[in-house]
This record gives sequence, C-alpha cells and structure tokens, in this order.
Amino acid sequence: MFLPHTDSERSEMLRTIGVSSIDELFQDVPEKVRYPTLNLPPALTEMEVAAQLQQMALANETTQDLACFLGAGAYNHYIPAAVDHILRRNEFYTAYTPYQPEVSQGTLQAIFEYQSLMCALTGMEVSNASHYDGATATAEAGIMAYHNFRGKRTRFVLSPGVHPQYRQVFRTYMSGYENLEILGDETEDDPMNYLERLEGLINSNTALVVVQYPDFFGQIHDFAPLAEMVHQAGGLFAVVVNPIALGLLKPPGEFGADIVVGDGQPLGIPLSFGGPYLGIFTTRKEYVRRIAGRLVGETVDVQGRRGYVLTLTAREQHIRREKATSNICTNQGLMALAATVYLALVGKEGLRQVAELCYHKAHYAADRIAQIRGYRVLNQRPFFHEFVVKCPKPVAEINEYLLDYGILGGYDLGQDYPALKDHMLIAVTEMNSREEIETLAEYLEEFAHD
Amino acid sequence: MTEPTLFELSSPGRRGVRFPEPDVPKSPLPKGLVRKDLPLPELAEVDVVRHFVRLSQKNYAVDYGLYPLGSCTMKYNPKINEDMARLPGFAMAHPLQPIDTVQGSLALMYELQELLKEITGLGAVSLQPAAGAHGELTGVLIIRAYHKSRGDTKRTKILIPDSAHGTNPASSAMSGYEVVQLPSDKRGNVDLEALKAACDETVAGLMLTNPNTLGLFEENVLEVTRIVHEAGGLVYGDGANLNALLGIARPGDMGFDILHLNLHKTFSTPHGGGGPGSGPVAVTEALAEFLPGPIVTILEEGTDEVPPLYGFKMPSRSIGRVKAFHGHFGMMVRAYTYIMMHGAEGLRKVAEHAVLNANYLLARLRHVYKVPYDRICKHEFVAEGIWDDAPGIHALDIAKRLIDYDFHPPTNYFPLIVREALMIEPTETESKQTLDKFADALIKIAEEAHTQPELLKSAPHNTPVGRLDEVKAAKELVLCCWFPEKEEHPV
Repeated sequence: MFLPHTDSERSEMLRTIGVSSIDELFQDVPEKVRYPTLNLPPALTEMEVAAQLQQMALANETTQDLACFLGAGAYNHYIPAAVDHILRRNEFYTAYTPYQPEVSQGTLQAIFEYQSLMCALTGMEVSNASHYDGATATAEAGIMAYHNFRGKRTRFVLSPGVHPQYRQVFRTYMSGYENLEILGDETEDDPMNYLERLEGLINSNTALVVVQYPDFFGQIHDFAPLAEMVHQAGGLFAVVVNPIALGLLKPPGEFGADIVVGDGQPLGIPLSFGGPYLGIFTTRKEYVRRIAGRLVGETVDVQGRRGYVLTLTAREQHIRREKATSNICTNQGLMALAATVYLALVGKEGLRQVAELCYHKAHYAADRIAQIRGYRVLNQRPFFHEFVVKCPKPVAEINEYLLDYGILGGYDLGQDYPALKDHMLIAVTEMNSREEIETLAEYLEEFAHD
Repeated sequence: MTEPTLFELSSPGRRGVRFPEPDVPKSPLPKGLVRKDLPLPELAEVDVVRHFVRLSQKNYAVDYGLYPLGSCTMKYNPKINEDMARLPGFAMAHPLQPIDTVQGSLALMYELQELLKEITGLGAVSLQPAAGAHGELTGVLIIRAYHKSRGDTKRTKILIPDSAHGTNPASSAMSGYEVVQLPSDKRGNVDLEALKAACDETVAGLMLTNPNTLGLFEENVLEVTRIVHEAGGLVYGDGANLNALLGIARPGDMGFDILHLNLHKTFSTPHGGGGPGSGPVAVTEALAEFLPGPIVTILEEGTDEVPPLYGFKMPSRSIGRVKAFHGHFGMMVRAYTYIMMHGAEGLRKVAEHAVLNANYLLARLRHVYKVPYDRICKHEFVAEGIWDDAPGIHALDIAKRLIDYDFHPPTNYFPLIVREALMIEPTETESKQTLDKFADALIKIAEEAHTQPELLKSAPHNTPVGRLDEVKAAKELVLCCWFPEKEEHPV
C-alpha cells in the first residue's frame, strides 16, 4: 500500500546487506518477546476505512447542524475558504521543523510573520513560534516566572476568571516544583468579582499574577491598576487573551502585561473536538532569553539576501538538555500558519468587524434573554463573546431540551464553580444570526414555563 | 527571489474577506477599552494566496522527496488521513458538547486507546498529551506521583543514557528531578555496570529510548528493566523510535512501565512544519490511575443492537490535566485511519521495511562513511560526517551539499556521542531506487570532500537563499516585521 518494494528489490537489498531474510535483521531482539501476536482488526482498504470513518463522523451532531451557543475556550467562527487551501499545500503540511533553513524558508518566513502578527495583536515585543494550546501556554508562563525569580518567589496568583482547565494544567505543570503557593482562584460565593481579592494576595513573594481578558465569564476589566500593583511588588503580570477580542479591545501590552498568552483557535482553526489548536505566547524583549520554544529571526545569507533562521536555540532542550527553558520541541507549526493566513485575509478592518459582530450580537442576545422571566443575566456591561445567565432549572436539563430544537446550549458553570450552580455561559459569535438568537430565547422561555 | 513579508505587501484599503453587516442593533463600545490602532496588514485574497503559495515553494517536504531526518520518522503521509480528519462530523464538533452528541468522536478515541494498548503491550492509555515532549513530561510526573503515593520521597534522580533526546533531561528537570547521565558501552547499549552502580534507593526511574538514537536495539533491554525495577524505579520508554518495533516487540513485554507514542512519527500524521504532533502516553495497569485525564471510557456496555455509551472518566489518582479539552483529536483521526488500514500484519511490515531500508543504506555507505557502532541497525543509523584526510569538511557541509543533489539532509550533530553525527532514517515508504540515488549522492559527496572541498563548503547552490548568518540573527534579534511606515514601533 504505502510500501513501494517489489519482491526482487527486497531480495537484492537483503543480498547487499548480507543477510538471507528480514528475520535476520531482528536477531538482537530477545526471542521471548520477539514477534508478539497483535490482536488488531483486519486491515481495511482505503474505500472501507473511508466508509467506516464516515459512519463514525455521522454519529456526531455538530455545529454544522446545530445553532452553537457553546464557547468556554473554543469558538465557532467563520473560516475563510483560502485558509484550508493553504494548509493543504503539501510543502507546508509534510515538512518538518525548519532545521535546514535553506530548504525551509517558506515555513520560517510564515512563522516570522506569525510572530509579527501576534506582537501586533497583543501589543507585545516578542512572540515565540507557538505552544500546544492556550492552557499549556499559560502553564509555560508560570514556568518562565518561576525561573525569572530563580525559584525564590513562590507565590502564583490565578484569577478565578481564568479558564478552569487552564488553571488545572497550570497546577499540573507546576507540580514538579516544591513549596509553591498557587492561589487566588478558590471559588467562593462570588467568583465573578475577584479584582479586590486578587489585589489582596499580591506581596513581595509573588512571582506571577494571571488574569484573563475577556475573562472566562466574558467580562472585560480594566487591568491597568492591578498590573501596576503587581509591578510595584516586583512580580510579573500575565494576561490570557482571546485573539478575536483584541480586534476591538486595547491590547494587554498597553496596560502593563509582561506576558500575554491565549488560544489561537478562533483565528481560522476548526473546533475539531478540542484540537489541535494553537498556544499564543508573547512577552517583552527583556524576557526574550527566558521564553520557551522556537523563535525565528531575520538575517542575511552569504550573498546578503534576506532570510530567516531558528534563533537563540541555546535556550532549547536539544542544546541545553536539563538546563533548557522548557522541554518543548514540537510546536503547532501548521496551526500557527492557519492563524497567519486567517489574519492576512481578514486584515485590519476584517478582524475589527468580526470582533464587533461578536460584541453586538452577544449584547443583543443578553438583552433578549434578560427579558425572559426566570432568567437573569449577571454580567454588567461590557462583555465579549460570552455572558452568564442564571437559569430557573439545571443547565443540563435546559441543554437537553434545546438540543431537541437544534440548539447547542451554553456551558454549565456549576461544573467548575459551585456558587454558579444553574448558571449557563452563553457564547455568541458572528456565526449566530439574529434568527438563531430569537429561537434560543423562545425555547429558553418555553422551557422555563413548561 | 526574496518574497516580501505580509506587511510589505499590505496596501491600505484592501480586503481579503468581507463579513455581513450586523443584523442586530449596535451596542455602545466599552469606554476607554477600545484599541486605537490595529497594525495588521491589508491584502486581497489573491495577494494572500499567492504569497503563501510562493512561500510554500521555498520548502522541502516529504511529498517532494526523501526526508531522512534521523529520529523524526518522516514517512509518507497517506492522503486519506487528511480527508478523514476534515469530515464535518469530526472537524465541526465542539469539545464541550454533551457526550450523547459526540459518540462518534468518543468511539474513535476509545478504539484508538485500545489499539495503542495492544500495539504497546501496556494496560491503559491517555490521549491528552500534545506531542512527544509533552508525553515525556506527563510520564515523568506519573513516575513522581507513583513514588509519592507510596510515601517514597527519597527518590530524586532520573537516569538517562548519554544518547538520549534532549527532551528527556529537560522533561525530568521540569518535573523536579536531578538527571544522572549513563554512559553507553562499546556496542552502543546502556553500560550495565554503570547502570547497576547508579541504581540505588534514590532512583525514581530510567528514561530509555529503544531502539536508541544510534538506531540500535538495546540488546540487554530485559536486564536493564529488571535492574531498574529491582532498585524500586520505573522504566520510561521514549517512543520516538517505535516505528522499528511495530509488531516486532512490545514495550510492555520488555518491562517498560510508561511509554509515549508519537502519532506524528509512527502513525503517519504529518509533521506540519513543526507540529501539531500528538503524544499519547501508555502505562501498565498498575499505573493507570495516575494518567492525566479525563480519558474516554465505556459508561454503559452496549448490546447487539445498541452501541456502548462512551464518556469521560478522571483516573482516581490522576496527575491532573496536561492540556485543555481532549488532546489533538484531529491527529487521532489520522492515526486511527492509518492503523485501521494496516492491521497487525501491515504494521509489522512497516517496521520490517523501515529496518530493511536503513540497513540497506548502511550497507551501501559504511565503506565510505565511518559508522562507529557498526552492527545491524534498526530504523536508522548514525555515521560520522568527517574524514581525517579531508580537513575542514564537517557534517554540516555534507548536509548542505546533499541539498544540491535534491535531498533533504539527515539530522546532524545528534546524538552527541558521535562526532560530527549524520543520523539517517529513511523510513519504510522509500523505494530502492530512491535509496540508491541517495546513497550515490552521499558517495559522490564523500569523493568531492577529498577532491573539490569548496563545492561542499559553499553549498547549497540552488536554493532560494544560501547559508544564513546565524550569529547575526542571534545578535541583532529581529523577531518581527512591521509596516514600513511604522519603523518607530518597538522592536
């Protein structure tokens, strides 16, 4: 199938090697473990495997058929057709990490452009070539802060407004370091109001404060005063962003962020049941040697022509081994390319337009739902993408009901925040028509009064 | 030709895509929080498409030709994989949908877990890790959680052979362990005496790549895993080189407790110019409760008429989550497709032909290039890119000259224990004709190294750019571009 060898070629090759059979190539494998019987299904042809996977895919109901009001870290945005056409270029998707720059200028320049776009979007000075996703990028911010203070500052403050799964990953990543305090996100009575509580936790032992903008509840805070406090205490300030929101909102580089992370999925990457997505990581120039992962830099070749190379590799695992800034090797190359093509296509005006569409539609939906008896919208204006609705019944029950009418309801916040039992996080993007919003409101109303 | 950057191509007022006007009333924008300037380029769709097509043509790719990067398993990626991952039923599913709406995705993940268990001989699998190094971090955190759960707190060291990938020590350090390097013996195996001497009550585990990065099967593997187990440690397997072992030997049968797999190497999901990968972790039954989660499980058994109900479960003593959502689902679809098209016999053929191809190249080259650990290799081998009678020629020069012959160079300068290393992994998908051309090129280059060394020193000659000034790149650190009129912008 994927092996081009003919019998005569095989024989000839074995003769050249000086053995009489393929088995002779495996005599160094202990006999007692050699050639296990693998109990696997019989091999399928391409035609059969395509039919089987088509069947499996059809067993899903997806945003293709459902009106999607589910976000919570993964967003249903329009992907311009040209994005996937570029991703399907064999020269991009079947290349490896650009270790040989002379034959990898395509990948290298695309990453360089990606880095530039991420700096432009976040208002920061340096971007790496990507992390696995928003959660691991957030965790890497923790590792970077830890090393920045050589382990001497041991307090890490996480806002409860940071995606719950990002906070979980942060804790897993930091679990190898002893005696750290990771706090701030204990969910108390009112997880949506945390600014003052976070301020109270900042001290001279604080390595890093992490907030999300807009936060997990969709709220847009002015974090400038908090950033100022963190800096006065000598700590670092990290902001988790949604890149679409930055088409409209002031970039974190303008209000004191030292590190900006986030998930680039909304930038032209399909939902794909959770991955692969894209971890964004940008920072200030003074921390460039502490950044994890790959960096592409501009230079010239022997004839003075402009070209690009992987640079500052001395930070990385293949050189520094146990002293590396991180263990990361493979990143999300192709997903970074998707974000680059997406941003190139939508451009300055388009990104602003997408962001405004999301903004206006979400506010419209919130106004509409706020009018329904039994439901209450908790967000004070302004918010982005998402808002929190207190529901008259358990969210799972409502979602089951909505599904019957072709609506994928919002996220059940009670799963992560006990104080927000029966609260739904509703996401609205440019993909939701006014009609869909009306339908959602109607069925929410119908359900409440059933 | 130098391709301008997106920013240089930008013309104010151009648009690549339009969106509808809002069909709802506008709300006032947030005061004081709206950005003043959004310095993104402005391009038409045709500008964007041509730009990226032109960039793509500056890349070498496995769909163009042989890509013999050692340890990277650059095999051909079947096209059906791509189509399956893009089926709307998969590509358009939101990760947080109610489980009864995503039974197709969950069934695929469950079945992939089962396939990987069978292939590795291990008892449980988490598909969450995003890449090999991510799987390593996961595995080392499992080692840590295991010892901690037994109240065994004095284990502070991870043993790592000197031939290991750099990610191994980096992952161990990230997990709070001290790294102890083990020497290799004359045959390229782990030095058993050194291993025994290092194995005491402070050893948490050993990270072992088998076949190792010299492409050699660890001949004493059963002895090695036994020694570590007797000292109370666990054995972690770096599955980067699993391609050589499919259907040949299972890590679980050889005494490995934990193993990460690289779906993007062994199971043909493409490398994407440096990712996304996918690095599932398999463990013994005894360690199943420590896996990162949630993992896919059967919530209700099926019957003849009704399929089982799949759902998620968090292992009881899980190290926690290592990634948002469920891992790189799109890569799982590709790997599942690949495994289903091979079956047990097909997978064994993959390994056999990967090893056949590597040994064939080795046989053709060993008289010209010195191979320091010269025995039957597995999927790859490592040669020296240097000759005493060709002064000034280095592995790098050979690599660059190969580009003139239209081949991607092998991995160079790794592993560190071979001087001027050229690490060659042809993979099973290459034909004898391709291998012959590659061997002929390397033999010719060896001759040129002695007769016309300047041809190597000045290579490559026909690429969009020649050798690049890496010192300048690191010194001047130009890491992003800006609009020409925005030169005053930071950086």
